[in-house]
Amino acid sequence: MATLVDRDAIETMVKQGAQLVEVLPAEEYVEDHLPGAVSHPLRQLDEGAGEIDRNRPVIVYCWDAA
Amino acid sequence: MAPRAAARLESLGFEQVYEYRAGKLDWLAAGNPTEGENSKRPRAGDVARKDVVVCGLKDLVADVRKRAAAAGWDVAIVIDDARVVLGQLRSEQLEEESGLAENSMRAGPSTFRPYVPIKEMADYMVEHQLESVPITTSAGQLLGVLRKGDAVREAGGAATARRMITS
Repeated sequence: MATLVDRDAIETMVKQGAQLVEVLPAEEYVEDHLPGAVSHPLRQLDEGAGEIDRNRPVIVYCWDAA
Repeated sequence: MAPRAAARLESLGFEQVYEYRAGKLDWLAAGNPTEGENSKRPRAGDVARKDVVVCGLKDLVADVRKRAAAAGWDVAIVIDDARVVLGQLRSEQLEEESGLAENSMRAGPSTFRPYVPIKEMADYMVEHQLESVPITTSAGQLLGVLRKGDAVREAGGAATARRMITS
């Protein structure tokens, strides 16, 4: 199971090489996304997973906890 | 959605998977910067004034009134030690009330998140005749106060999105 991280941890993790992955639909990514994040919508995640570096931490996020 | 994405990545063999469960809403509500089309448009947090007069529950309204007048404000926000908004002293309370802020304030004022597009805020404030509103994080911490005049002025030509959040 993935480890939960909070807002404060993200900046440090990204500076240390973590990848931010937004899994919302692409239109929402175009509107707003966290700095440096890439878009891999959940429904296309299987196809996009090859573009994610397996050797670096991956932080996934969507809109909220709901 | 994020839990399922994290689970799928792990099932695909990713070994360092983390989940920011509070998500983009939490990020935006804290007033953090973003990238994307909306980041180019002014939002409530961009336009809100940060020099608002604040006070504690035990401050005397008479003292707050003097500070507000000196700073050019006709409103003051009552906050706790963590800057969480507890109440608001509007001009009518500042002008007429004496005693403690705690006893004069309007408790639990509506607050708005910093990422709301300024056009949406301007429309809402005009419609509801709100002269000023506190802008807070999702944890209720004061970021600033948005004045209707500022919102209306900045709203010219700005697009409206539909994610108005108030609490």
